[in-house]
Amino acid sequence: MSQASTELIRISGHAGTVPGAGINREFQVCKLVDTTTCIGCKACEVACLEWNGYPFTETTFDNTYQTMPETAWNYWNLIKFNEHEREDGSMMLLMRKDQCMHCEDPGCLAACPADAAIVQYANGIVDFQEANCIGCGYCMTGCPFNIPKFSPKARKVFKCTLCNDRVSQGLEPACIKACPTGCLHFGTKSEMKELAQTRADQLREVSGFADAGVYDPPGVSGTHVIYVLHDAKNPELYGGLPKDPHIPYSVRLWKGPLKWLGNFAMIGGIVGLAWHYMRFGPKKEESIPADDRKPL
Amino acid sequence: MSTIDTVPRSPEATPFDEELIPRYTLLERGNHWFGALTYIYCLMTGLAFWTPYLYWLAAVVGGGPAARFWHPWFGLFFAASYFLMSLHWVKDMAIDGDDRVWAEKIDSYIKNDDDKLPPVGRFNWGQKLFFWGMVFSTILLVLSGIVLWYTEAVPWSFHILRYAVILIHASVAMITIGLFLIHVYMSTILELGSFGTMIHGTCTRAWAWTFHRKWYYQVTGRTSRPE
Repeated sequence: MSQASTELIRISGHAGTVPGAGINREFQVCKLVDTTTCIGCKACEVACLEWNGYPFTETTFDNTYQTMPETAWNYWNLIKFNEHEREDGSMMLLMRKDQCMHCEDPGCLAACPADAAIVQYANGIVDFQEANCIGCGYCMTGCPFNIPKFSPKARKVFKCTLCNDRVSQGLEPACIKACPTGCLHFGTKSEMKELAQTRADQLREVSGFADAGVYDPPGVSGTHVIYVLHDAKNPELYGGLPKDPHIPYSVRLWKGPLKWLGNFAMIGGIVGLAWHYMRFGPKKEESIPADDRKPL
Repeated sequence: MSTIDTVPRSPEATPFDEELIPRYTLLERGNHWFGALTYIYCLMTGLAFWTPYLYWLAAVVGGGPAARFWHPWFGLFFAASYFLMSLHWVKDMAIDGDDRVWAEKIDSYIKNDDDKLPPVGRFNWGQKLFFWGMVFSTILLVLSGIVLWYTEAVPWSFHILRYAVILIHASVAMITIGLFLIHVYMSTILELGSFGTMIHGTCTRAWAWTFHRKWYYQVTGRTSRPE
C-alpha cells in the first residue's frame, strides 16, 4: 500500500513513457482451501494454535474425526469432517477447513456498536481489535458463518485474524505454511481465483466431478477465503457451509431503516414537546370554588 | 358526573383542615426514583449501543465493556422496580368508562382546555396508558434482553432467534423512549406541581382539585359534587 502512494504518474521533461506505468498492483489477499486435496491431518489446526499462542483445551468428542463441534474463541481453525453417501452408494469423507471467511461485506462489522472493535484492511482482512471490543456479541448475530466466538472469561469476542500479524510482514498465514498436501494456498485474490478455477475445471473434466466449482459467495460481495468443492451446488454438505450467505435481513433492517426511523422519532418527539410547550404552555392549578372546599 | 356521586369515601380520607393531601407514600416515591435512575442508565447505555454518534454516552458511565456488563443488570433492576410499582398502582390504573370519555376528548387536554374534560381519578387516561405501555414494554425488553445477554448460548440452529431479538429489543426500547420523553415533559414543566408531588409525596388541595378531581372528592371525603 505504501508503494501505491509513491507510484509515478507523470514525469516532467521526460522522454518516453513513465517507468512502471501500466503495472497493475494487487493488494487484495486470499486464502484458497482446496477441499478435494485435504487429507484431514489437522496440521493447520495445530499451526493456528501454536502461532496464536493458545493451549489446547478440553473438547467434546462426537464420534467423528472432528476435533470439536464448532470453532471456539481460542480455536479458530477447525476441519469439519462430513461423511457423504454418493448416488452410487459409495462413501466420501468431505473435509473442509472452517475459519473466518474475511467477507468483503462483513456482517460482524455491520452489526458491531463499539468504535473500532472490528476493522477491515484494504488487503481484505477483517480483524477484531479486542482492546475496543465490549463483548456485546452483536457480531455473532451479524455473521452468516457462525465464526465469532465469545470468551466468558475475557468477556470479548475472538476469531481468525488471517494471520494479519504475519501477512503484514510478508509471511503467509500459519495454516498455509503447515499444510503438507498443498491444499492450502495463499496469494492475491485474482491469482487464487484463477488457481481455484483451474482446479475446478480439472475436477469437472478429468476427475468426473460434474458439479465441482469455486465457493466465493456473491451475497457477501465475495470472501478472502475461497473453497474448491467437489459439489459446489451443495455447500451445506461440507459442515453447514451456507449456500447463499449474506448479512441477515434483520441486521440490515436494524442498522438501516429502523435506526433512521428511531432517530427521527426521538428527535421529532423532543421537537414536538418543545413546540407544544411554546404553543400551549404549562397547566396551572386553579383555585377551588368555595363549595368544593367545604365538607358535606 | 354520575360516577362522582358513587365514589366511596376513602378510609384514609384527609382531614379538611389540612392544605396538603398525601399522594404517594415514601416507598412509592423511593421506588419511582430507583426505577427512574435504572431506566436512565439503560437509556444512556442503550443509546450508546444504538448509534456511534452516541457511543460517548458509554464513556460517561465507565466505558463500553462496563456498559455492556451492567446494562442487563440495570434492566433487571428496572424490571424489579416496575414490578413493585405495578403492585402499588395496578388497581388505580384500571381503565374505566370515564377514562374512555376522557380519551375521546384528549384533544382538549392537549390544548390545555381541561374544563371540557370529565373529572379524573388518581391517574388520568394518559398516565394509565404510560403505565400499561411500560408494563408490556418491560416484559418484552426483559425477554429479548435475556437472549441478547447470552447470545453465545443460543445454538446456531436457532440463530433466527438472535435475528428476532435484536429487532424486538430495539423497537420496544424506542417505544419506551417515546413514553419516557412524554412522561418527563408532562411531569416536570407541563403540569406544574407534579414533580414536587413525587418528591414530597403530597399535593395541594388546589392541585388535586384541578387535575384529579374525582380523586380529590374521594380522598377528602366528599361523596357528591354540588351543581
